[in-house]
Amino acid sequence: MTDLDPRDRGGPAQPLLTVDGLVKHFPGKGGFLGKGPAVRAVDGVDFSVMKGETLGVVGESGCGKSTTARLLMQIARQDRGDIVFDGELLGSRALDLKAYRRQVQMVFQDSYASLNPRLTVEESVAFGPKAHGLSAAAALSRAHDLLRRVGLEPRRFGGRYPHEVSGGQRQRVNIARALALEPRLLILDEAVSALDKSVEAQVLNLLTDLKQEFGLTYIFISHDLNVVRFMSDRVMVMYLGRIAEIGPADAILGAPRHPYTAALLASQPSTDPEARLEEAPLTGDPPNPINPPPGCRFHTRCRFAAEVCRTREPGLDPVAAAHFAACHMASPGSGHPDAPPVPMAA
Amino acid sequence: MNAPLRNPEAAADDALIEVRGLTVDFLGGRKAVRAVGGVDLSIRAGEALALLGESGSGKSVTLRALMRLLPESRTRIAGHLRVDGHDVLALKRKALSAYRGGTVAMIFQDPGLALDPVYRIGDQIAEAVMRHEGVSRAAGRARALELFERVHIPSPARRLDAYPHELSGGMRQRAMIALALACRPKVLLADEPTTALDATVQIQILLLLRELQRDLGLAVIFVTHDVGVAVQVADRVAVMYGGHLVEVGASGDVIGAPAHPYTQGLLASRITPDSPKGVRLPTIPGSPPDLADPPPGCPFEPRCAFAVPACREGLPASLAAGPSHAARCIRLGVPAA
Repeated sequence: MTDLDPRDRGGPAQPLLTVDGLVKHFPGKGGFLGKGPAVRAVDGVDFSVMKGETLGVVGESGCGKSTTARLLMQIARQDRGDIVFDGELLGSRALDLKAYRRQVQMVFQDSYASLNPRLTVEESVAFGPKAHGLSAAAALSRAHDLLRRVGLEPRRFGGRYPHEVSGGQRQRVNIARALALEPRLLILDEAVSALDKSVEAQVLNLLTDLKQEFGLTYIFISHDLNVVRFMSDRVMVMYLGRIAEIGPADAILGAPRHPYTAALLASQPSTDPEARLEEAPLTGDPPNPINPPPGCRFHTRCRFAAEVCRTREPGLDPVAAAHFAACHMASPGSGHPDAPPVPMAA
Repeated sequence: MNAPLRNPEAAADDALIEVRGLTVDFLGGRKAVRAVGGVDLSIRAGEALALLGESGSGKSVTLRALMRLLPESRTRIAGHLRVDGHDVLALKRKALSAYRGGTVAMIFQDPGLALDPVYRIGDQIAEAVMRHEGVSRAAGRARALELFERVHIPSPARRLDAYPHELSGGMRQRAMIALALACRPKVLLADEPTTALDATVQIQILLLLRELQRDLGLAVIFVTHDVGVAVQVADRVAVMYGGHLVEVGASGDVIGAPAHPYTQGLLASRITPDSPKGVRLPTIPGSPPDLADPPPGCPFEPRCAFAVPACREGLPASLAAGPSHAARCIRLGVPAA
């Protein structure tokens, strides 16, 4: 990462982003007066992202990963919880929304929906800098630099409309557009998921290069565990609005401590015909975040569930260096038959 | 599996599905688009084939042609399509209607395309059975219940009365499979049916499809872009690129020792748990061919690292790469150096 970023405040030891007690419930539809039970999309989430790292986020539909991303982008406002960016609380006098948004940008899965169909590629990329006060000529020149940087020759592609370029090229435009405000944190929400595999590899290589060149920090959200492992330094696994496990990527995806992470890994089809799965690691669909199960939210699908799992929600406890899991089996003295013994007092 | 030699060019006597020289052109644009440029395939009863390819490779179009689902006014289909004795392209309205569902059924990525949102699922299945088999409503309902049990829907009797939106994604996919099986088809065509599902649900549906294929002796063609999914459901894999079948063989052979440069590039650019971090991924340069203006010879020639002038002279023949493995690459005709 660039050491001389004039915007850096607390130095490399201070997390770039810290999220504390984030909660977002969406009001339910249906029911009396259209007020059904709320969807508890994000239900108490705390994590930090260090400067220059890539935090991978995985989980199934309804786990809250996309809502978390939208809260971080402030497309939706949280009900509770704080977002601290490089030591400054979002919404405080030191960090208003506009200043924050300049530093945090996002790339979405749907490359088409995220571009204005009536703007040419170069107009889309230049739009943000212009809105933030750059002159039209300077904004256009920055757009051309960025298009060149993401592998799109501005003279050939700059004047095209979104429907005139391929999906992979469109996602490159979105990446250029996100970088146009010189952000420090880029949130990639399934940004390569809609791309063909051969194009995906090209875009991942580009993201790796850009991160180094611009000293970026990534939050990389994906359902593809292999891609997340490849891209991330640390990984956060979410389930029904809570963090199930968080820690170093190799530990989480190599030696998971939460049964849900293990099941997610085991559900990946192997490319070896001799190693085909004969039994599904989990049965049923993820439960509905409208009414999450009591106790551990995963207990309804967990083959190790014990009495304590049905009644008490596990905390996110340390299980190894920088590795935390919310599972009674990993927590000494939790009351689960398979929990490790309580260490003797020294 | 001990499949006999299965060069796609060689006609098989026991084939349930026989495709020869299938071409599909989309008309209506400034220039006709050749989405499928001459596909040969044969599939026996009880066999599962995965059709693997990226967007625009022609895999879904091939599948839709087998069920005559492409809009007739805007497409031109040519070639020879024989399924269970039916000449598919010659079927008239009534015979076509019996063929769809009765001989060949299809499942989709989005169950919303197959299930009517305003009718209870049990009634939709019962109606299909009544129309095709001429039985009573009660018999249709009984068959629907049997099918729900067959696809392992929990509390099947209660779920028959549900509307599609009341079911979870995985359950809706199971209901669509039940509907597809309602009229006892011999062939199941699957168009990326698990792509939109979560990983833990996807594997359940893949296992269900394998179980049904085995138990009911179905021939299955499964279209996917995911190598792992292809291997999980199928014994044979056919790789499509630019409207052509470029490689066919036992899944272990095609994935383990790909013979076509495109398959090799596709597999090399995949990220596996062993991919070293921080190392650039190998990629295939360029992009897929423009189907309105396809390259004259091998469709992969413009992107191929091994291309020689001869590659431009015409579509390479399908050459044996092993006992049950063939690829359209002239390099296979060259003795190994």
